[in-house]
Amino acid sequence: MYRKKKTVAMLLAGGQGSRLGVLTTRRAKPAVTYGGKYRIIDFPLSNCVHSGIDTVGVLTQYQPLELNTYIGTGSPWDLDTTSGGAFVLPPFVKGKGGKWYSGTANAIYQNTYFIDQFNPDTLIVLSGDHIYKMNYNWLIQAHLEKQADATIAVIPVPIEEASRYGIMNTDKNMRIKEFEEKPEHPKNNLASMGVYAFNWPTLREYLAEDAKDDHSTNDFGSDIIPTMLKNDCKLYAYEFKGYWKDVGTIRSLWESNMELLQDKPPLNLYDDPWRIFSRNPNEPPHFISKDAHVRNSIISEGCYIYGTVENSILSSGITVEKGAVIRDSIIMSDVYVGEKSSVEMSIIDEDVHIGKACTIGAPQNESGKIAVIGKRVVIKNKETITAGTQVDAESILSEARKSIQGNEKENRKRKEKGGAK
Amino acid sequence: MIRDAFGLIFTGEQNVRLRELVELRAVGALPIGGRYRIIDFPISNMVNSEIRNVGVITNRNYHSLMDHLGSGKSWDLSRKNDGLFILTPYANRENLGIYRGWLDAMKGSMDYLRRAKQEYCILSASHSIFNMVFDDMMRYHIESEADITILYNKLSNENYSGVRYEDVRMRFGRDGRLKQLEINPEISSLNLLCMDTFIIRKDTLIYLVEESVAQGWHYFVDDLIRGNMNRLKIVGYEHKGYVGRMHSVESYFDVNMELLDANLQKELFQGSHRIYTKVKDEVPAKYTADATVSNCIVANGCIIEGDVANSVLFRGVYVGKGAVIRNSILLPNTEVNNNAELEYVITDKNVSLRNRSRLVGDRSFPVFIRKGATV
Repeated sequence: MYRKKKTVAMLLAGGQGSRLGVLTTRRAKPAVTYGGKYRIIDFPLSNCVHSGIDTVGVLTQYQPLELNTYIGTGSPWDLDTTSGGAFVLPPFVKGKGGKWYSGTANAIYQNTYFIDQFNPDTLIVLSGDHIYKMNYNWLIQAHLEKQADATIAVIPVPIEEASRYGIMNTDKNMRIKEFEEKPEHPKNNLASMGVYAFNWPTLREYLAEDAKDDHSTNDFGSDIIPTMLKNDCKLYAYEFKGYWKDVGTIRSLWESNMELLQDKPPLNLYDDPWRIFSRNPNEPPHFISKDAHVRNSIISEGCYIYGTVENSILSSGITVEKGAVIRDSIIMSDVYVGEKSSVEMSIIDEDVHIGKACTIGAPQNESGKIAVIGKRVVIKNKETITAGTQVDAESILSEARKSIQGNEKENRKRKEKGGAK
Repeated sequence: MIRDAFGLIFTGEQNVRLRELVELRAVGALPIGGRYRIIDFPISNMVNSEIRNVGVITNRNYHSLMDHLGSGKSWDLSRKNDGLFILTPYANRENLGIYRGWLDAMKGSMDYLRRAKQEYCILSASHSIFNMVFDDMMRYHIESEADITILYNKLSNENYSGVRYEDVRMRFGRDGRLKQLEINPEISSLNLLCMDTFIIRKDTLIYLVEESVAQGWHYFVDDLIRGNMNRLKIVGYEHKGYVGRMHSVESYFDVNMELLDANLQKELFQGSHRIYTKVKDEVPAKYTADATVSNCIVANGCIIEGDVANSVLFRGVYVGKGAVIRNSILLPNTEVNNNAELEYVITDKNVSLRNRSRLVGDRSFPVFIRKGATV
């Protein structure tokens, strides 16, 4: 039996993140690498721990292997405690069959029993898609002071971008009057950050009602929040002032990483009391050789740099051979870049092997398109990957092409034979 | 492989030639290679040999060592059965809690020795870095029916004769038994160097320790080995890989510089047997547009805006604009401000160098700046 907790956090980590293309064919979006050594999920998890929330349910569904392995016992975030901790919560089989999480609200609903064990007053619902440092206590405090049923963290966005977000229309006391998901003509620029505080007993009832409705999509944004508004629940917006970035697209992931290279980056990772925790690889410090040129870059442990690295972010265990050039790119762990290859404006996923004299992507000022190479791709010598191309995980380039060509030849032969008959 | 052994690591060596580096810490706690402490090597070697019971004997200045080792979790030694044991000195009827040598230390830790369930013991000092597993050495020890097996390495010819201190040199006879032993020779013709790592049966060890202490002996090599050369079968086993010994500020400097060889780094850190250490949550290193870096080891948390060559930078070092650093070793959180110049310098933790300060040492006598100092 667990002790009562004032606050329990539920982290929605089951989304596919299809806009991240080949980066999420083998992993859920929250497990995507950010800033060299981090994964997106490190941010909400570290925020929880620093905010004193020690009980976090992580809801997984889509490609959970990498995410589950990464979270493990929760020890990297000090979440391996006896009275709480990190709980990975996948959908499971119940009495009459059980089912997948059909929406964000349904994922929480299916874990009502888990949350009830802690009997919390406030339930924090977080998403694993954003890069930000936030003290959730401020949100909870505002929520409790106003005796709200729900409080939604919002951030002002440029009005021309507002139609990409869920927009809150509030009165002057920040009480939410209307919620519009991706409105064509936004009336306001307060975007939902995907961070909610709920009064748990109230939310519990709404979730149960929603589950009975066959027409519902079981989603917070399109079902629960509108229903609560219709029923005149007290919903408030809490304005967050700080860095917050949605990294749900290839472009925004790339941009957000590049922002770390600025002289004074908008997101300070060197912040001691609010350090972002992550699982640390066991690697020696990185090595920069005599022939290497490194400038304006972030480099992690276990890298061996013999070539040129500029305006790029390198995760751990990467080798950049002599004469190779990495520019304006994000390279994830354990990538090998062969001699005289060039990688420009690209995102290279983990364990990719790039042979000699390959050309990946094109200089930023030429096309501005980002090339993406999926996990464990092998690129043979002298191959070219054009700007903006996405290469799916685990493909072998050149050999794959040969085998396709080979099959075509065989097919043609077969056809010819067939024709001869 | 060799689950039937336990490890015993000694950290109490006092070494005057390491000067201020060991004033505040045990030799084993000395930072090395940008991220590690020397003791990571013997512990990792044992763990990689599947030894699950490791005792670390501490003597003086063991605070930073305890801080580093913690529960042993970083080495997977936080276990329900066995695991990591930190054996601190304490005074009792038989001793004053101050050890002169390994024999006193083992006498003081006799309870741990007696309680260990394993048949064999691997004894190791904590002043050398090398990467090996003990499986073959153990096999050799058992097959040759030896009482004690000593791990050694062969001096390469170039280093053959110079004057070296803190050396134990050995010669083995045709039958493989230890025939000659020279301790700290001024000039020596022997080229086999003791690595202060030994395999011995636990029961034999306990018997020999009790017997030696009763004779007023303190030191394992000087007294126990030398005194039992004829009575016991003492053999040697050669380690063919790299060995870096830290017995003076100069050799500490040299070993760190030797690690700038990428092939050596791969031998030590990238093989199938890894060296484990306590890892802190540091941000990856950042190089600004003005940075120039060549032939360096750089740890996480560093921010480099200046010009650095042939140097080892530990965690969280800051190098300001216009600063020039050559052939130096900067321990964690060293701050080198704008336009400072360093050559052949070792800075201890949390040292701060003001704008435009200039420090130049020599390869044979690097400048050392003590912990927390501002220059």
